Amino acid sequence: MAGHDHQQHYIKIYVVLLVLFLISVAGPEIGIQWVTLVTAFGIAFVKAYLVIVHFMHINVEKKYITYLMATSLLFMGLFWAGVAPDVMRHEGQNWTNDGAKKEVSQRMAEIEARKAAGGHDAHGKKAAH
Amino acid sequence: MKPIATTRSITGMPTGRLAVWWLIASEIVIFGGLLASYLMHRIGHPEFGDYASHTTTWMGAVNTFILLTSSLMAVLAHNKAEMGDGKGAAKFLMLTVLGALAFLGVKSFEWYGEITHGYVLYTNMFWSFYYTAAGIHALHVIIGAIIMVFVAKDAAAGKELQRVEYIGIYWHFVDLVWIFLFPLLYIAK
Amino acid sequence: MSTETETNTEHDSHDSHGHDDHGHHDQNFFLKYFWSTDHKIIGFQYMFTGMFMAIVGGYMAYAFRMQLAFPGKHVPGFGIVDPASYNALVTNHGSIMIFWVAMPVLIAALGNFLIPLMIGADDMVFPRLNRLSYQIFLISCIVLFASYMVENGGFGGAWTAYPPLSSKSDYSLTPWGSTLWLAAVALEFAAFLMGGINFITTVMNSRAPGMKWTDIPIVVWMIVVASILFMASVGPLIAGAVMLTMDQQFGTAFFDPDKGGDPVLWQHLFWFFGHPEVYVVLLPAMGIVAEIITVFSRKKLFGYKTVLITAFGTGVLSFFVWAHHQFISGIDPRMANIFTVTTLLISVPIAEMCFVYIATLYGGRIKLNTPMLWALAFLAEFLLGGVTGIFLGSSGSDIFLHDTYFVLAHFHYTFFPIAIIGTFAAITYWFPKMFGKMMSDGLGKLHFWGTIIPFNFIFIPLFVLGANGQHRRIYNYQHFPELAVPEMQQLRVVATVALCIMLVFQVVFFFNFIKSLLAGEKAGKNPWNANTLEWTTISPPPHGNWPVEELPTVYRGPYEYGAPGRDTDFWPQDEPA
Repeated sequence: MAGHDHQQHYIKIYVVLLVLFLISVAGPEIGIQWVTLVTAFGIAFVKAYLVIVHFMHINVEKKYITYLMATSLLFMGLFWAGVAPDVMRHEGQNWTNDGAKKEVSQRMAEIEARKAAGGHDAHGKKAAH
Repeated sequence: MKPIATTRSITGMPTGRLAVWWLIASEIVIFGGLLASYLMHRIGHPEFGDYASHTTTWMGAVNTFILLTSSLMAVLAHNKAEMGDGKGAAKFLMLTVLGALAFLGVKSFEWYGEITHGYVLYTNMFWSFYYTAAGIHALHVIIGAIIMVFVAKDAAAGKELQRVEYIGIYWHFVDLVWIFLFPLLYIAK
Repeated sequence: MSTETETNTEHDSHDSHGHDDHGHHDQNFFLKYFWSTDHKIIGFQYMFTGMFMAIVGGYMAYAFRMQLAFPGKHVPGFGIVDPASYNALVTNHGSIMIFWVAMPVLIAALGNFLIPLMIGADDMVFPRLNRLSYQIFLISCIVLFASYMVENGGFGGAWTAYPPLSSKSDYSLTPWGSTLWLAAVALEFAAFLMGGINFITTVMNSRAPGMKWTDIPIVVWMIVVASILFMASVGPLIAGAVMLTMDQQFGTAFFDPDKGGDPVLWQHLFWFFGHPEVYVVLLPAMGIVAEIITVFSRKKLFGYKTVLITAFGTGVLSFFVWAHHQFISGIDPRMANIFTVTTLLISVPIAEMCFVYIATLYGGRIKLNTPMLWALAFLAEFLLGGVTGIFLGSSGSDIFLHDTYFVLAHFHYTFFPIAIIGTFAAITYWFPKMFGKMMSDGLGKLHFWGTIIPFNFIFIPLFVLGANGQHRRIYNYQHFPELAVPEMQQLRVVATVALCIMLVFQVVFFFNFIKSLLAGEKAGKNPWNANTLEWTTISPPPHGNWPVEELPTVYRGPYEYGAPGRDTDFWPQDEPA
């Protein structure tokens, strides 16, 4: 069956993806946390949306495919909801995770010590002093 | 000889495409489980931010660019297949495979660098997750590329053109996982 | 069709029966039985492999129950059961029964055999993927057996494989057994993911013309829902299994608290799958029961849509209850509260399903043949198991009962009906279709009573022992004075003796199976006068199931029994109006 040639459309979406990609790489370089979150992570969602809709054609598929994907994602959210209170948090009602707390405080102390000693940050640039 | 069952389509969707979507649904929970576990640790352990600063971000970025481009190649292959051009579809599929090889090449180089600098699988929890998540993803890249070669071979002969779309959907999913892996693993908050 | 015992379809056999193959070319024995893509053959491969594994799992139960009843004594046919052996036996008994018996027989074997036949198709939509799934499954069996042959033998950390016991070989003492066990489980998961996609897409797309969603037999629905549940829940555990393998072999610390890892994470990853998994096996068993009770009470299913909705409801709810397995492991108590509520809630849809079945039976013309006896026994025993779950689902009482034999008796009162009673119900019901011969009903009933009565004598003592404080996974209770009192030890002996009696009666089943295969009365197309499509073709069905021009068209639902105004009390789905 001969279909229409959508090549131009796909290339346009690709260009948009590239621009978004460049923004998402540049954003974290600025160093402000909310900018990083919006550019690196927020844009990831936008890119994902573009790929799912325009490349995977989910909006042309039967509705239940979208619901199926959404359900899979929801189950991941459910998994998160049930597990994060135990694994992400290190204390709760009548319990503490001493091992994890110790690990966090020790490592953070090491990192602070290294920074205070005027060390290089990861990209080899000297820390601003 | 294919069973008559394969010619039926009560839902109106070709069974092959239906099957790929179900496969993706199950893959979402596999990667989801792993990435949710990683994210819980990442948030609960702020020191991961320091560890992550030792990843080679620019190589991760190059790989993101490579996968995005290979996704374009995959959808252009689908475009050709829709128009009945098996040879054109095969060409674009092989370009996608080329992208996969480039991705794996950059990753090998990147990991070589990190390993020789002493950042290995068991260096600490961050690196364990890093190698495990990227490793499972790379496995999916390899498997996808192999299947793509077979589909391309058939497509070039004008056979089973519908499979170009199916392997494409799988490939876009692999790209999607990386779209999220990149900020999760490489960006040091 | 192979007439040897069930192990021989996996090994080279020297016998070959000329089977009327309506295929397109003459296939040699190997191609026809080992390389087939025919869904019926693949179904048999799964069934016989599962039955073989059941013998292995049963043998393991025999060995460890002998140790518990007569501690330290040489077990005939096994030897001395030392602590490491005991742990490996209980671990592998559990793993085998769930992953290598219940799932292959109830889902893979029955799903493969029945689905194309019951929806009026000539095969599955992906026959080669189907064959591949069995081959991967077979490899998983081999890998599991390999785990028993390596240094220090098989994994002994319980089927739940909690780290650090499962992750550190200093603790488990099975450096290779642990990883091989994990690999075997992972391969089994891969096989069932593939099979699941096949089942779901075939049922969605390849039904006979005229078969609406509400004309699909309940057992097919249940297998599809089970496949979806499996697919949705196994993902995090696959991720967890990779992480555990890394901990075991590559020095990572995902679950090692000393190095920043979290063993509770494994528990969540495991049980997020582990709880839906029990419904993955329960639903097909309930589907089998639905088919049997409608046929042998000659009555329409009391509420087809009700059963469907409760099945969906159970499936969804099953994802919200998992941490009831972790009430005392250190999870946040506020989560425990939530999981108590959801766990108690899930008993509602399942009870509703049982009520629908009972209502179906009420007023019917009951025929108490062997399949019907098994189906009724399923309902009775499963209900008993289910109500004991209430005590375990409430976090308060679970504090006392967790990790005692009360739990063990509860899940055997649910799992045994599912995996064993459900299997015997299915085999005795569909044997005529599968093999073209009738089984002996007399031998069937003898086997039935010889299984059910001892079964209760095994596990009721275990409820008592558990409520009296006997904890699980202990190889010798003589080390605990308050548990070694004569009254309790006697109960252990009763349970073991009952198990031995039950195992002996299984010989009756194998004898019946083989005798019927060889010399049973010929079964026609439809010996039970049932409505569903598998009974419209010859027994056993040929390759392609029906001649191409005779693929059925469907005109009504599957349970039109006792419809008024007809001279027969059944109304096949493919009979024109």
